[in-house]
Amino acid sequence: MSSTSRFAFRVNGRDVEVTARPGTPLLTVLRNELGLMGTRFGCGLGMCGACFVRLDGAVVPSCDTPVEAAAGHAVGTVEGLARDGRPHPVQQAILDRQAAQCGFCLSGITVAAAALLEQTPAPDAATVAEALDRNLCRCGAQRRIIDAVVAAGEAAR
Amino acid sequence: MTARSPAAVSDTGPRVDGAPARNPALPKDLAANPRLDRWVSVHDDGTVEVRVGKVEFGQGILTALAQVAAEELDLPLDRVRMPGASTATGPDEGLTAGSMSIIEAAPAVRLVCAQVRALFAAEASRRWRTDLATIEVAGGEFRGPAGASATYAELAGSVDLAVDADPATPVKDPAGYRLVGTSAARLDLPGKVAGLPRFIADLRLPGQLFGRVVRPPSPGAQLTAVDASAVGEGVRVVRDGSFLGVIGPDEAEVGAAADALRRVARWAETDTLPDEDDLAGHLRRAPAEATTVVDDGPAPRATGPILGARYTRPYLAHASIAPSCGVARWELDGTLSVWSSSQGIHRLRDAIAQALGLGADAVVVQHVENAGCYGHNGADDAAFDAVLLARAVPGRPVQARWSRADELGWAPFGSAMAVEVTAQLDGAGRIASWRYDVWSQGHTARPGYAGVPGLLAGASLEQPRPAPPASDPPQAAGGGTSRNAVPLYDVGNRCVRGHRVLDNAVRSSALRALGAHMNVFSIESFLDELAWAAGADPLEFRLRHLDDERARAVLTTAATAAGWGGALDDGLGRGIGLARYKGRGAYCAVVAEVEAVHDIRVRRLTVAVDVGRIVNPEGVRMQIEGGAVQATSWTTKERVRFDRRRITSDDWESYPILRFTEVPEIDVRLVDRPDLPSVGAGEAAQGPTAGAIANAVAAAVGVRVRDLPLTTEAVTAVINR
Repeated sequence: MSSTSRFAFRVNGRDVEVTARPGTPLLTVLRNELGLMGTRFGCGLGMCGACFVRLDGAVVPSCDTPVEAAAGHAVGTVEGLARDGRPHPVQQAILDRQAAQCGFCLSGITVAAAALLEQTPAPDAATVAEALDRNLCRCGAQRRIIDAVVAAGEAAR
Repeated sequence: MTARSPAAVSDTGPRVDGAPARNPALPKDLAANPRLDRWVSVHDDGTVEVRVGKVEFGQGILTALAQVAAEELDLPLDRVRMPGASTATGPDEGLTAGSMSIIEAAPAVRLVCAQVRALFAAEASRRWRTDLATIEVAGGEFRGPAGASATYAELAGSVDLAVDADPATPVKDPAGYRLVGTSAARLDLPGKVAGLPRFIADLRLPGQLFGRVVRPPSPGAQLTAVDASAVGEGVRVVRDGSFLGVIGPDEAEVGAAADALRRVARWAETDTLPDEDDLAGHLRRAPAEATTVVDDGPAPRATGPILGARYTRPYLAHASIAPSCGVARWELDGTLSVWSSSQGIHRLRDAIAQALGLGADAVVVQHVENAGCYGHNGADDAAFDAVLLARAVPGRPVQARWSRADELGWAPFGSAMAVEVTAQLDGAGRIASWRYDVWSQGHTARPGYAGVPGLLAGASLEQPRPAPPASDPPQAAGGGTSRNAVPLYDVGNRCVRGHRVLDNAVRSSALRALGAHMNVFSIESFLDELAWAAGADPLEFRLRHLDDERARAVLTTAATAAGWGGALDDGLGRGIGLARYKGRGAYCAVVAEVEAVHDIRVRRLTVAVDVGRIVNPEGVRMQIEGGAVQATSWTTKERVRFDRRRITSDDWESYPILRFTEVPEIDVRLVDRPDLPSVGAGEAAQGPTAGAIANAVAAAVGVRVRDLPLTTEAVTAVINR
């Protein structure tokens, strides 16, 4: 086993420093070193979106991103979506529309949807579906989620 | 040994042996757990804890049952607490499965809470020396004469809940309901949306270690050699026969060690799997147990044409977004604590105890949520993995989490199925006779089935506990292979037979709706084939054979809402499907609109459903939407892949499921029947959705595709045949 190193980066606007072996997935560091459990492990292959976080704004799978790739950069997780204790508009719209079943896929979806709204403030349903196409949901809540993201965009207009 | 005979467990119910005489007047789950204090505790903060044996996996059952509890207690919904089920503290309500939760648990919760409210009201009347009739209850507060008032918490010290349920307790008249029947928001969603730790992989117990199992490369593979020095010092290797795993404090290091072991482990493998391109042949050739579901005797002569067709379905995976995960700790006194997202924690407890030769009382299983659960997935197996790994470190909890490949390759599958059906029409275009045979592996291999523990790792141990072929729930509980094999139409003289194939080379168990997905797909496809032969409109043809008013109502509701009969552009097709789940559950009709221009795309589903009295309308809609979308995925995309040795569909590229851009628009219409008992909604839509899509594809392209999944490639192949 390789030895550990120190990595410094920003998470949700806060500077953090962690000790980890190079190659450790960012996901594992977020969950086990920083206690940010909202980012979920779904496949470990970057194929399902459950672990999506922002890395300098880009939506990336944290299971497939080694911790050293985050060093010196800004990471945003689901825990950073709320503002002043109020849920992000996407989160609120999901609650308003009960747009979830098991909710396991939600963290990655809300992170991706929030990123979409920054680029495209009022997307239509097809644009939302396209933006979330890397996120898998097995319970079949997709249509409600799409409607919720569209509503969040409209509400912000 | 504490093994319980398979005869002692019903499809979903609690175990029945060893229990005192039941009060038959009580709801079933309450008869099995009659003491009120098993179900309810009143806390000092004014909340009332309601413990149920049913478990949450995203279907919203705890919210629905909290509504029922709050209704009878006259308590605000936010003051009802619904903890996860536990074998130590809560009632045994058997499995959370088969769309039975609302049927089984709601009557028990209703009666328990009505009696608790009555006991508290009686205490208030005693305390205030006033007639019981003068006590009013609202918002969790008891009010008497002269401004006297007290909360549940204030009265709790004087009320003894260590009493048995009384079946004579009056419950509320549904006409006065204020909570039941409303779309109460899901209690669990705010935490999930915020990303709070609440899934089993988020559990962090003091001193907890991480564990990974190195699964064999193929079913039946035997571990011949492994060099344990391949792992680092911070990790410990656990081996028992062909069961191989690692544990340690650092999750990333444990994962790397499992990968290293996987590279150096040597296995003896054999070809055990059937030909994935001839599943029907495999199923029909294998030894099977035949069951006659219905036989009306020799068919009378008819004058119309005789039609026949064969349909098939491949193996389907649960494909949950979270891999299975379990946590276990061996206590220093030799007892065992287990955390699991199992659908049946009491059965898991018994199976673990049986596998290890422990008394059932030595094992406690606590339910913790995982991602959506659609049947018997790997949850129980992962719990047993954790138990086996944790045996090496008494006193320390070990979390065993599966990989994506484990999840898609080792969790039980919904069985492949094959159907052959023939029918004859009479001169008037009515079905005169119907012959139907369905072949399938069994649909339940849950812990404790067939008298064995039935836990995956059991087959790998030094002293192996091999798994016999999956069984089926009894016909009285809806059956498995032959679930929904009997059409709800009047098809004249019938003979319907199920053939449970006695083979488990590909491990099968319960996947949502069991055989109903395939049987309804086949029946509804064939109804359309008969309608075409009779020159009839598929909707009219169905109504011609349908007396049941509730079935007619959902069928016409869905058809009207979907604009049945209206013109469609070229390349589009509309199809209809109908079923009553298990022949006695929810009625559901689906109209699918499919586009077959470049690809097969399901554009729109219109669904009408009748679940009797609706406890939570949004909850029902969500279950129907989810069931219909998942069935769209099964029906148009999914197929477990394998060669003769290994399961090869072990990631999201080799086992694709429906994506956001592929999900149809969906319109759900609820047909409320406030005077009829509530039934479950979770498995109502799968069969009708499959039938509707198949019929819409046939309407769009003009040829019939009888083998699932209805991929673009499969449909194109039939067109070019």
